[in-house]
Amino acid sequence: MTATLILREKQYEVRHGMTVRDALLRLDIQPETVLTTRQGQLITDDVILQEGEVIRLIAVISGGAAEP
Amino acid sequence: MKCRKCGATAAINMRHHRLALCGPHFLEWVPEQAQRAIERYRMFSPTDRVLVAVSGGKDSLGLWDVLVRLGYSADGLYIGLGIDGGVAYSDQSLTRCRTFAEARGLRLHTVDVPSELGASIPEVARLTHRGQQKPCSVCGLTKRHEMNRVALEGGYDALATGHNLDDEVAVLFGNTLNWSTGYLGRQAPALEGRPGFAPKVKPFCRLLERETAAYALLRGIEYVYDECPHAEGATNLMHKNLLNRLEAERPGAKLSFYLSFLRAREAGLFVQPEGELSQPEMHPCSSCGQPTTAPGECTYCRTRRRVREQKEAIRD
Repeated sequence: MTATLILREKQYEVRHGMTVRDALLRLDIQPETVLTTRQGQLITDDVILQEGEVIRLIAVISGGAAEP
Repeated sequence: MKCRKCGATAAINMRHHRLALCGPHFLEWVPEQAQRAIERYRMFSPTDRVLVAVSGGKDSLGLWDVLVRLGYSADGLYIGLGIDGGVAYSDQSLTRCRTFAEARGLRLHTVDVPSELGASIPEVARLTHRGQQKPCSVCGLTKRHEMNRVALEGGYDALATGHNLDDEVAVLFGNTLNWSTGYLGRQAPALEGRPGFAPKVKPFCRLLERETAAYALLRGIEYVYDECPHAEGATNLMHKNLLNRLEAERPGAKLSFYLSFLRAREAGLFVQPEGELSQPEMHPCSSCGQPTTAPGECTYCRTRRRVREQKEAIRD
């Protein structure tokens, strides 16, 4: 009944049948801050989550002191 | 979603460009964007020698990769800051840079800050009480000094950094909130060289970090995923989060903010009023010779001297 999203070792169980983007927004994860991969392949966030599948999210935001 | 160019399954959707691309076409698109920025902002020419400041992260290694793919003569510079953070952060970063350079037969300069300054960056921050317990200020000071030194000593025509659109917009946002017109006047994709200062360029300034990360991933570049352990809580990150919320609502808001700013800057909006000096008078540092605003030692050399004194005082 669910799909799994993994971000930085943390797992989120979400209902399958919705898009990755909708799942991210429900989890309060800004879609702009992650890349979505399925079985090591980069996918777009309009992909519909299938039952039992595992989606790995890669955080893209980097910090540090940018120069003024 | 399908790739706009070939109809294959898209790997990335760039909502602000209304453009979805498959992996191979995205890997062509990124260098094209970088080349456009290099030409549009007159960063450097095909015969110039470029020094790329690399940290082991996606942006800088991605940039180095793109410049080499575009045919530029580009060497790397890694500055080891001595940051551990429980994850051997600096060691990990150096390994990524070395692996990248060796695999491609590229030249990598390395600077070891603990050897140069006599202490690691977090130690320097503690010993000199700079930056209110955060080493970011002394880190920025050290990197600027060392990048400029190596670029000048090596006779490079430009010093390139991997700053992306998110970095630029976060800084712009912070400076706009404070109306820091001096900083606004100096924020640019390309800063011309001046006596004692190497030209600085940011060829990724129009690419979102989501795009630079996707590029690194698709190119198989091994980069350090973790942020600097000291970046947590940085104002810059808070601004990035705010701007990402805005971008989710209004795709293109970040790019539009940045490009409108550059147009306003080009039109002279941030030129200092007549009678005020836009560039303060510079003096050579009495110790290292790099330009500094006040006669005597530059801030970097004063910091180094202070570290030495503090360490001697502790030993005694």
